[in-house]
Parts: sequence; C-alpha cells; structure tokens
Amino acid sequence: MATQSQAAFTASLKKYYSFYTGGFIGFVILLAILEQMGVPNKWLGYMFLFATIGLYAGIGIMSRTADVAEYYVAGRRVPAFFNGMATGADWMSAASFIGMAGTLYLTGFDGLAFVTGWTGGYCLVALFLAPYLRKFGQFTIPDFLGARYGGHIPRTIGVFAAIVCSFTYVIAQIYGVGLITSRFTGLEFGIGVFVGLAGILVCSFLGGMRAVTWTQVAQYIILIVAYMIPCVWLAAKQTGVPVPQLVYGYQLEKVTAREKVLNDANTPEGKKEAEVRAILKGKADAAAAALKDPAKAYVDNKAALEVKLNEMKAANAPADQLKAAEDAVAKYPKDVEAAKAKWNKEKGMAARAAPIRAHADMFPGKDDAARNTSRLNFLALVFCMMVGTASLPHILMRYYTTPSVRDARMSVFWSLFFIFLLYFTAPALAVLVKYDVYHNLVGSSFAALPGWAAAWAKVDPGLMNISDLNGDGLVQLAEIVIGGDLIVLATPEIAGLPYVISGLVAAGGLAAALSTADGLLLTIANALSHDVYYKMIDPHAPTTRRLTVAKTLLLVVAVIAAYVTSLKPGDILFLVGAAFSLAASAFFPALVCGVFWKRANKLGAIVGMSVGLGTAMYYMYTTYPFFGGTMASSWFGINPISAGVFGVPIGFLGVIVGSLMSPAPDREVQELVDHVRYPVLAGDIDTRGT
Amino acid sequence: MQLSEKHRAYWQKNLRITAILLFLWFFVTFVLNWFARELASITILGFPFPFYMAAQGALIIYVLIIWFYARYMNKLDLEYGVHEGEDE
Repeated sequence: MATQSQAAFTASLKKYYSFYTGGFIGFVILLAILEQMGVPNKWLGYMFLFATIGLYAGIGIMSRTADVAEYYVAGRRVPAFFNGMATGADWMSAASFIGMAGTLYLTGFDGLAFVTGWTGGYCLVALFLAPYLRKFGQFTIPDFLGARYGGHIPRTIGVFAAIVCSFTYVIAQIYGVGLITSRFTGLEFGIGVFVGLAGILVCSFLGGMRAVTWTQVAQYIILIVAYMIPCVWLAAKQTGVPVPQLVYGYQLEKVTAREKVLNDANTPEGKKEAEVRAILKGKADAAAAALKDPAKAYVDNKAALEVKLNEMKAANAPADQLKAAEDAVAKYPKDVEAAKAKWNKEKGMAARAAPIRAHADMFPGKDDAARNTSRLNFLALVFCMMVGTASLPHILMRYYTTPSVRDARMSVFWSLFFIFLLYFTAPALAVLVKYDVYHNLVGSSFAALPGWAAAWAKVDPGLMNISDLNGDGLVQLAEIVIGGDLIVLATPEIAGLPYVISGLVAAGGLAAALSTADGLLLTIANALSHDVYYKMIDPHAPTTRRLTVAKTLLLVVAVIAAYVTSLKPGDILFLVGAAFSLAASAFFPALVCGVFWKRANKLGAIVGMSVGLGTAMYYMYTTYPFFGGTMASSWFGINPISAGVFGVPIGFLGVIVGSLMSPAPDREVQELVDHVRYPVLAGDIDTRGT
Repeated sequence: MQLSEKHRAYWQKNLRITAILLFLWFFVTFVLNWFARELASITILGFPFPFYMAAQGALIIYVLIIWFYARYMNKLDLEYGVHEGEDE
C-alpha cells in the first residue's frame, strides 16, 4: 500500500468504509429479524458485543505494523475526512455518548456549557495548533515542547502533564466499558472490564496509531448511527417530523408551559406536586434534626415507632395499617451508624423538595448575586472545556497523521463537523425525553406505568426510582428520581423501538468508550516509550527495540488501568472534568507561545507550565471536598472544575515573565519557529520524526 | 534561511484572519452568553434565542469558522507560493 498514491488510497478507503457501513446496517437488520423470530434479548446483547469487538479486532490485526512512523502516526497518510471521523470517535467518550444528554436533562441550559465548550475548543485547535503541529511533524506533544524549548525539562513536564490528564480519563472510559458490557450481557462488572480491555488492546497492540485510526473510523460510524436512530424515531413519534434538531424548540415551549403548571399550586396537578414536595421537605427536615444528635434521635425514634405499633394493636387497627407499622419497626436501622447513613440520604431529599427548575432558565439563583456567580461559572466552564479541548494530547496528536498541512486544516473542519452531528442532537434528545416524562409519565397511574418506566425502575433503581409518596396512586413529578445515564439508554424503549435498537445503542456506547480509551492509552504509552525511553534514555535504540518497548508499555499501562478500574474507584471519576483544566493550564500557553512568540524560551516554558499546572492543582486542592477543600476558599465563587480559568492566564504570564528574564532563544530555535509557520519554505530545515 | 517580504506579508495576513475569526469566536461564546438573560425574550424556532445559540447556533458558527479558515489559508498558501505539492 505504501506505493499507492494518496488519491487512490483515499478512493479505496471510501469503498471499504461504504461496504462496511452497508454490512453493519445489514447485520442490525439481521438481528432485528432474529429478534422477531424469538431469539432472547441476552443472546442479541452477546451478538452485538462479540460481533463489534471481533470487527475491531479484525481491523486491528490487518493494520499490524513494524514501522515506527506507521506505529506512532499511522504513516502520515490519513486523509482529512477520515482523520475527522477518527478524531470524532477519539474525542467522544462514554461521557459524551451516554452522559451528555442526561446532564442536559438534569441541568437544562447550564448543561449547554459542555456542548459549546466541547465544540468551540476546535476553533482554537484550528487557529492555533493543528497546522503548525503538522508542519513540525514528529510523534508526540512533548516532542514539540522538547524541540521548541530545548533540554529535557519542558519535555518531562509535558510527559507528566500528559499522563496525569490521560490516566484519570482512561479509567473513566474503561469504567464505561465495564458498565455497558455487564448491563447488556449480564457478565460481572470486573469481567466486563477485562473483556473491554481485550477489546481495547486488539485495536492498538499490533498496529499502534495506524490500527487505532482505522478502528476509530469504524467506531465513529457505529456510534453516530446508534445515537441518531432512536432520537430521530422519538422526534417522529412526538412531532411527526423526523428532524429532532429542528423541531425540539417547539417541544421545549410545551415543556416550559408544563413546568409552569406543575409549579403552580393553584392548579390541581400543581397542588399535588406541592403536596409531595411538602412530604419530601418534612422527611428532609426530620432527618436534619435527627442528625444533630444522632444517638438520642436513634433511641427516641425507635421508641416512638414501637409506641405507635402498640397503640394500633390495642385499638385493633386495620390489617394493612398494622402491617405497615410492623414493617417500620422491623426495617428500623440496626445501629446509630446505619441510621446516620439513612438520615444523610433523606436530608438530601431537600433538593427534590424545591420547585422544578425550568429547562430553559439561564443562570438560576435566589438573588442577583447568586445569578451572577452562576453566569460566571457557566462562562468559566465553557472557557476551561474549550482550552482543555485544545490541549488534550490525545486529540492534538491526531493532527500529526494527515499527509500535509492543508489536510490538517481541513481535517479540523471534518473533526468538528462529525462531533457537531452528535452534540447538536444531544440537547434535542434531552428535551424530547423530558417532554415524554412530563406529559406521559407524570399523571399516569402506578398500576399502569408506561412500560419503559416500569422496566427500568425494576432493573436499576439508581437510574429510575418512582415511589407513591402521597399515596394517591398517581405519578407526580416530584416522586420520580432519574439518573442521567437513563436518558440515552432508555430512549429506544420510550420511542417504542424493539430491543435490537437498545443493543445498537449499547454497541454505540461501547464504541465511544473503546475509541477514546484507545487514543488515551496510546498517548500514555507513547509518552513513556517515545519521550522517556527513546528521547531521554536510549536515543540510539534500533527500530525493533523501540517498537518492542512501545508495545510492552502499552500492555503494562492497559493492565494497570484495567486493574485500577476493577477496584471501582467511583470517587475519582469526578476528576475527569478536572483533566480539562489541568491540560489547559499545563499545555496551552507553552504550545501557543511556541508558535506565535519567537521570544518565548526554555525558562519561560518551564515557569509557565509549572505555575499554570501548579495553580490549577492548588485551586482544586483547596476547593474540592474530595481533597478536604471547601468552596469557602474559592476565588470569585468559581467551581473547582474550572480551575483552568486561573491556571491558563497565570501560565501565559509565567511564559512571558520567564522568557523575558532570560536571553532570547538562539538562531536554530528561531528557524524552527519559521519552519512551523510556513507550510513550505525554501532552504527549510527538516524536523520530521524518524 | 532568510524570510522575504512576501513571507512576512503571508504571516501578517495569517495573523489578521486568525484575530478576526478569534474575535468572532469570542463574541459568540462569551459576549452572547454574558447577556443571555437579557436576550431570553427573543424567540427563534420556539427556542429562547440564547438557548438556541448555545445549543445549536454557536456550534454552526464554529464549524463555519474552521471551514473558512482552512479554505482561506489553503488559498493563501498558493497565492504566496508556500503550498505543498500534491501527494507529499
């Protein structure tokens, strides 16, 4: 294939992937027929799981390579269009595919910070980084820092930051893989993680970036098809128009109208909502009071229940009431600790006792000050997600793989286009599902719940929980608790589609998680094998040894990541959002100054990267409750996830001050900067990686 | 390696288009959202205008910014003779 011209290569790629897409659709139809013939759901789940992983394995094995440039940058001949798809899959993680619509459902307008942030960041990639990195043309992001600023220190900080950001992120992906596998096949979570690990390794182990690229293209196609079908179907069912993105504004108007009714205690439905909220508030208040002196409350409450039971027995109360009172005594927590846990949970019900937050309401808050803080946080989050997007090494490194600078520029366009397709659908999905819940689920009777609601409440109370708090036999909105992940997972059932589409959605979520995990693992392993081993430890290592080291490290990192994931470290998952702020603070100032400011030098990079990263880490440390911090020590009320809003400017300041304090970089570095600025320059130096 | 006047002009033009597009990006992202509450009474396709922009409008503008930059720069490369050969 190496002798093939680029045009012929692109043409054959188009042919392969058209066949592939057709084949995949045929496979889904075949499974739909099998479902109609009565094949059980569990089998369909297995078929989806193993067919897709088998497919990725096939591509991975076909793309095996013993060439360094193929292994690290896919031979630099990935056409812009296909690199766009691969970047799309690389970028869209389990959080985007499954979590995003749920976040939007739960937070309304505020959640759009992620939608704008995770797309607008590509403007920064296009304008400031992709073409220049492509011209530079080596293998990793620390490579650029090393060449531009000289010495091992900037490179080492780059390696450290790349690993910190990518590792927490990859654990979240493997976690997602484990969850999806276990949910749809009934395997145990730990086994699901290792099945997923196998799925990840077959894509990357033999062929590195080359194999990852071609599987990511395949994974993009699956994930976008899986995301669109249920949403289009739901839109058609609700509005008669199969273009959800166009029509959901009108559904949003209806949702807003409904919110007003449910929040208004003068309407019959609003009155019932208020009733349920009062019950929730009562429980939360009682729990809060009990928590003030748990030991006393434990004894008192228990005694009160027993007294009540005895009174009922004495008064010959009806059997069902008696039974309820007996249950209350029997289910009473065994000790004070258990009771405390229960009360803490009930105290949390206070949030549910508040009126419904309007979906389209911008920057909610109790007064102007709170609303302004909310707006500030929205903008800070958008800023951090954007700059973080433009700084995550696993994304930037994809632009090394195009044939030329002009392809790199076009490929950012295709990347964002393919990402946009999913991101402008997610807010639509959130509104459509909300419409369904507000109109069809609310007000239905507990005896005849909509099928999907009953099914999910039975399968996973963490995702769907309904209980008749006021005992009227009807569902009130305040009686429903929905977990964010439910939105995407349950949409096929809400839309009334057969199980095969649920399987397809699971396959899509799996593709999203696997593709991102692959890109991240490769970034970590390459930082170790290329930057640490080859560039710092043994610069004379022969090709075969470099590749052996690279593959071994990939395996080791993958196994460590899977092991950490199998411990279910739920506590660290929140750090994924933090990865954006950390990457932004560490990389963005040094990378951008490296191209746009010739005067920037080694000391500037070292100071800028360390104070930027240091500031962001310090801010998180003092404000995240996980580290023992509190929001009391926050600056301007900015949430810890947006620490980059301080880290990035301070990082820029660090680069400027550090550079001006030390002599200007030498002629060679100046030439390197000119080299990356012009796609072709007469008498140019050559920085291509070998 | 010595840069000619032409090379400098190319870089100046690049900086200019980068600044213009960056300003557009900044306006759509930060200025519009800053005034979201004030603009909420305007309705488009059933959406409050700021909701539409954050969920869809801004995204379309981002895609167009990148598309325009790629097209503009690829043309500028040819004009200033710094373009790459085909199939490099």
